[in-house]
Amino acid sequence: MGINLKELSKQEDLFASGHRACAGCGPAVAVRQALLASGKDTVVSFATGCMEVVSTIFPYTAWEVPYIHSLFENSAATMSGVEAAYRALKKKGKVKKDINLIAFGGDGGTYDIGLQALSGAMERGHNMLYICYDNQAYMNTGIQRSGATPHGASTTTSPSGKVIPGKTQWRKDLTEIMAAHNIPYAAQACISEWRDYMTKVQKALSIEGPKFIVVFAPCQLGWYYKKEDTMKIADMAVKSRFWPLYEVENGVHKITKDPKKVIPVEEWLKLQGRFRHLFKGNNKKVIEEIQEEVDARWEKLKKLEEAGI
Amino acid sequence: MKVAAKTANEAMAEAMRQINPDVVAAYPITPSTEIVQIFSQFVADGLVDTEFVPVESEHSAASACTGAAAAGARVMTATASQGLALMNEVLFVTAGLRLPMVICEIARTLSAPINIHCDHSDTMDQRDTGWMQFYAEDSQEAYDLVIQAMKISEEAFLPAMVSADAFILSHSLQRIDMLEDKEVQSFIGKHKTPFNLLDTDNPITVGPLDLQDYYFEHKRSEAEAMREAGKVIKKVFKDFGGKFKRKYDLIEEYKMKDAKKAIVIMGSTAGTAKEVVDNLRADGEKVGMVKICVFRPWPTEEINKALKNVDYLAVMDRAEGMSGFGAPLFTEIRSSLYDGEKKPDTYGYVYGLGGRDVKTGDIKEVFDDLKKVENGKKLARNSYLGVRE
Repeated sequence: MGINLKELSKQEDLFASGHRACAGCGPAVAVRQALLASGKDTVVSFATGCMEVVSTIFPYTAWEVPYIHSLFENSAATMSGVEAAYRALKKKGKVKKDINLIAFGGDGGTYDIGLQALSGAMERGHNMLYICYDNQAYMNTGIQRSGATPHGASTTTSPSGKVIPGKTQWRKDLTEIMAAHNIPYAAQACISEWRDYMTKVQKALSIEGPKFIVVFAPCQLGWYYKKEDTMKIADMAVKSRFWPLYEVENGVHKITKDPKKVIPVEEWLKLQGRFRHLFKGNNKKVIEEIQEEVDARWEKLKKLEEAGI
Repeated sequence: MKVAAKTANEAMAEAMRQINPDVVAAYPITPSTEIVQIFSQFVADGLVDTEFVPVESEHSAASACTGAAAAGARVMTATASQGLALMNEVLFVTAGLRLPMVICEIARTLSAPINIHCDHSDTMDQRDTGWMQFYAEDSQEAYDLVIQAMKISEEAFLPAMVSADAFILSHSLQRIDMLEDKEVQSFIGKHKTPFNLLDTDNPITVGPLDLQDYYFEHKRSEAEAMREAGKVIKKVFKDFGGKFKRKYDLIEEYKMKDAKKAIVIMGSTAGTAKEVVDNLRADGEKVGMVKICVFRPWPTEEINKALKNVDYLAVMDRAEGMSGFGAPLFTEIRSSLYDGEKKPDTYGYVYGLGGRDVKTGDIKEVFDDLKKVENGKKLARNSYLGVRE
């Protein structure tokens, strides 16, 4: 089933308006689009984080599908239990419907504190989709660095200072870590490329077994850009090849969007306050390092695709 | 009814088989590993309908069980010691969401120093989680309590752990009377669940953010449920006793009727203490023992009633508590007695840490101490039994 904008516009939102996310929140778009792609027969588990906090302030909820939040690091483990219950109860005829099971987590709950639970759930082969909304830092607690924070970014725990120019380490490549679990489907998506993202969600849900998608979702508050620029920032991450859109289906890499006009990563960096310090004095060399890294990752991805692996 | 020789691990695994839960998510740890192994074999042999989830940690075991319970499944797991400690964060969630679940728990020390043998530091560490806690004296009780805990948990909508002492019970073979599979099924009845996450036609939000305006009321109602759980436990115990002729209560009073000196104890050492009481009784001493079978909810009324004629009391803790004052059972007993008709002169003894053997001679030493107090000797309020100075 293809994603049709006309049809989409008639669909009822399952992540309702009225949630308390910031204006220009990327992750809220990531959740809304995923649910539109998945439909109403979906059960969601959520890790502690921004989206959990803004969507369920008792006695209100933004969720029009069944939702469970347990803790920060256990969204995948919680969903693996839901999935086991679903199998058990379906076998006994107590549940009749086919239900999509989606576990969500931010990059903190996925790349870092929840990585073990995610790895376990993927290895055990539960029939579930895990979606990580990646806004590249612990935003809920106030912009601390995560394993997903890019090199050079200034966060409250990797601040740029007189001697250290922001985060000194490189970003963890979670998509490849997940692909290395030999799961049937792992993909990278971006909220600005909604058709690509929603197609990936639907494709993942059509496959039996464990699936993983990490969706790039900018945070205006933590990245220090104008709140109306969220889609622009997301789009430029793809166009600069900082965030390649690709999927790994049954071990085969495929780039799903090869930007026609590639922009230098510097153009993307300069719109974000978290990289502002890189444009001063000696720090400029960090921008070159970032460009080299982006190019190297892209080349590697191209080679994988060309090799058909 | 069938007679069998079972260790507590085997007995609890058999109880799990007969309960036939929808989901078991578990992780091995000494000394409860065997429960998970035996149950895995039941799954492999098709003796249960259970979906077994061999998780990568106890944190995930508790998380998966909690998720499955929210999805309307009957769930169980087994663990011990560090495994239970690793579950700690999740245990609050299971209880806070008012989900039924049973853990077959083997009471083992907590590191450091690392030690795989018996004491109650692991379960005492979990006493504020909102889980009901049952302590078995032998394999029979471990078996019976697991079956009853499943029913109690689903009636009270509170999770429960049933604890049996590491190695002393988990690995010693004892004679037990087992119920027929169908007797267990008919006793526990149909699974009861507070809500169903899988009902997509009636979507609910489980585990929302609860701020200053609601959190307090929700926590208070959970505490009320724990307070009321005593009645549910008594009702289920009575039902079980009526059907299967094995009587359980929140506490067991052993020769307490005219006892002037008594000890309070939990777990397997109660068996040792009973023999000491018998021997002293044969010598004409008015001594008795109170065994705490249910530690959560705390049975204050029953304790005060049982101890109302006692002059000298020793409270035996198989956990330190590290309060610098007294171990957990001691402080709770003494606090309960403050409202009692009578306040016996009460002493705390920490015993058997790290699996240190406790013999009849050790328990007798405690009664001897109480006699010395009666004769005017001053004793330290809290001391250790069987430790080298």
